[in-house]
Amino acid sequence: MFRLALGRLLQAIPVLLAVITVTFLLVHSAPGGPFSADKAVPPEVIKALEAQYQLDQPLWNQYIDYLGDVLRWDFGPSYKYSGRSVNELIAAGLPITAELGLYAMLIALVIGVSAGVIASLRPNSPLDYLPMSGAMIGICMPSFLLGPLLVLIFGIYLDWLPVSGWGDNPGDKLLPSFTLGAAYAAYIARLSRGGMLEVLSQDYIRTARAKGLSEWRIVGKHALRGGLIPVVAFLGPAFAGLLGGSFVVETIFQIPGLGRFYVQAAFNRDYTMILGMTVFFATLIIVFNLLSDMLALWLDPKLRHELARGNNE
Amino acid sequence: MQRTESLVALHCLPPKIAVRICLGILLTSLIACVDGENRVNTGNRDGILHWGNASEPQTLDPHIATGVPESKIMLALMEGLVLKDTKTLEPIPGVAHSWDVSEDGRVYTFYLRENARWSNGDKLTAEDFVWSWWRALQPAIGNLYAYMFFPIKNAKAYYEGELKDFKQVGVHALDNYTLKVTLENPTPYFLQLLDHASLFPVHRGTIEKFGDADERGTRWTFEGNMVGNGAFQLNEWRINRHVSVSRNPHYWDAKNVKLNGVVFYPTENITTEERMYRSGQLHYTFEVPVDKVQSYRERNAEDLQIYPYLGSYFYRFNTRLPHFSDKRVRRALAMAVDREKISEHVLKAGQVPSYAITPPDTMGYFPESDLRFDPEQARKLLAEAGYPDGAGFPPSDILYNTSEEHRKVAVAIQQMWKQYLNIDVNLLNQEWKVYLDSASNGDFEIARASWIGDYVDPNNFLDMWLCNGGNNRTGWCNEEYDRLILEEAPTASNHAERIAIFTRAEKMLLADMPVLPIYIYTSKHLIHPAIKNFPQNILNQPSFKDIYLDPGDQQMEGGH
Repeated sequence: MFRLALGRLLQAIPVLLAVITVTFLLVHSAPGGPFSADKAVPPEVIKALEAQYQLDQPLWNQYIDYLGDVLRWDFGPSYKYSGRSVNELIAAGLPITAELGLYAMLIALVIGVSAGVIASLRPNSPLDYLPMSGAMIGICMPSFLLGPLLVLIFGIYLDWLPVSGWGDNPGDKLLPSFTLGAAYAAYIARLSRGGMLEVLSQDYIRTARAKGLSEWRIVGKHALRGGLIPVVAFLGPAFAGLLGGSFVVETIFQIPGLGRFYVQAAFNRDYTMILGMTVFFATLIIVFNLLSDMLALWLDPKLRHELARGNNE
Repeated sequence: MQRTESLVALHCLPPKIAVRICLGILLTSLIACVDGENRVNTGNRDGILHWGNASEPQTLDPHIATGVPESKIMLALMEGLVLKDTKTLEPIPGVAHSWDVSEDGRVYTFYLRENARWSNGDKLTAEDFVWSWWRALQPAIGNLYAYMFFPIKNAKAYYEGELKDFKQVGVHALDNYTLKVTLENPTPYFLQLLDHASLFPVHRGTIEKFGDADERGTRWTFEGNMVGNGAFQLNEWRINRHVSVSRNPHYWDAKNVKLNGVVFYPTENITTEERMYRSGQLHYTFEVPVDKVQSYRERNAEDLQIYPYLGSYFYRFNTRLPHFSDKRVRRALAMAVDREKISEHVLKAGQVPSYAITPPDTMGYFPESDLRFDPEQARKLLAEAGYPDGAGFPPSDILYNTSEEHRKVAVAIQQMWKQYLNIDVNLLNQEWKVYLDSASNGDFEIARASWIGDYVDPNNFLDMWLCNGGNNRTGWCNEEYDRLILEEAPTASNHAERIAIFTRAEKMLLADMPVLPIYIYTSKHLIHPAIKNFPQNILNQPSFKDIYLDPGDQQMEGGH
């Protein structure tokens, strides 16, 4: 397992390098520079600014310099937010985006797994159809619709929850987390239903039933572990998707996370900021995928066995 | 890691129990949040104004910042020599308690208050202004508003590097509290400029503590570092959350400052901003979504404030192109636009149809324009130019930066041109920075544009059309026009003569029509009834030291 992790980490290096190179070329070839403005910018100002950020150097030099900086995990100064470094801006937004992602994932797992398991216990009964139709609606409802809808109901009409913010008012984390988690809850519900149905028809479950174990023990102890493997495999990509989805949710709820900076950075042509964020997210996604693979391995003895055999040969 | 384990543990529980636990968590958090008092009500009681401020400030350095949101925060944190009365926009004393103007209008002597202080208690002297203005003119700092200094003698030459000695620039401290400013020409709007952020004083000791005087991107404006001279001081700057300012005890007029503080929120999403207002989280919104204007008019007209704004919305023609080099074509297109209809049916927020570039009543100046909506005449002109009934008119694009409002206006104009002139134009939208590139490179046929006044004077709207003006971008050049703006207007002996020169210049511009005026902007805000002493003006400029909140007004409770 350690060797697998190491191998995957080594593979990450060329991936990251490719991400940096492609993004670097893309941002520098996009029309419009970081310092263009509605009002004409005097040429002497442009020159002074480009000199300050080394944008007057050949692109190749800038690229090499940038790689050096990334190696030191230093993403440079933001062009737009004068005086702030990209690292500082990421550090300011990351805890919030991470918290939002975590809560959303928690909500998604809790709702999704419970709905999926309940549905799988009585397939093709109302207990199956009801949560699964709910899941279908959840998948189809985009967060930019669900978010404002929830705000309208719980924030404005019922006046129970704050309509925006994060940690400013009690309860303001609930609506954004739910909005972000809803679509994933729906996916997870479908995945866990499928996984459970497959496991519940296996021989070892029949054996457990024949032994006279209680239904709860069968489901909770024996079936769930296998039934959740598809869900766990989904977690890595889901976390990546959550980060992407959080951009929308952060905008709707005025949350000071990373997503808003990422979107703004692209509009502002804040080169260092776009690059820094991209590298950071790429790293994060690689790590999450690795973690979810490790978790799947831990849950699925069959996989572990195959891996061990592969290593011995 | 711990959280992940507990997560897994939750799944090993029987589902029913897991469900119960989750429902429990959800319900507790639901109940926990019900019925907190909203920010507006607590703010009214504590004298804290909650202000929707559009975006995270780029910087609070007055020599670097360019945006409107930044300028609002800087207005609270800093103060110029002269302020503006928020109602009449007349100059009123700021750091200077009084001033003299020489007979020829070229020399201003400012007498500074001896009790003017920086927020750290340091004395504020005339030398501080000299140093601040020196800094503002350093090319390395990249000040986009350097041109605000150009009425001052030799400031332009110094900025462009023709002069090396700052002593030759017309700003001198005669003693600690007397500042003499010599101008190039008598400039009637000079006092107005002093209230612009780029002419605010900055604290030398603080700036030099955090870097070189002309270095960009130092940390002197950050929380805990910044020293200013305004009615308020920087209290907290939490990235993407808020910037909060509180009373500056050293401010010379501190006893007349009524608010205890202002909190500025980066409300990028104007729909969210409106919802925040509705739920009592904001006293003031930076914008109002167009589709909400009508419903506020009907149900909550008291909160909705729509006021003319010193800004023009217009299209530029690229006169370098063969078919737009003929002024008859440009005039024909301009005459075939029904501006009343656009204001009334497309924009719907009180925008004033405009037939000239300068907004009416800019410093007593009303532009004279012979432009009107006249499809008959437009067809005739187009035929004279060689395109009878639009035949043979080359396909052209209207370029605009991506935005729903710009698109709607462009669609309306596209239809009008089709209907009245039988010509086809296409719509071309580009993302903001791409659009900026196209517009400044002259890579367009017709381009949407706007100009928001920096100060209230026709000069600000007319000097952009000079032959080599960086903001001209139309390729239009008229030497007689240049002469009027650059030589005659600055040396005009009185106001009436000056106005007459601008009238002549603008007529000249409109006769050639390198630009197609469409409407004059309005500023739209939701303003809570508790906000008092907050008159609107065409610069949309607040005076935070005068505003107060009425704690008795609690009508937003419940948020409906």
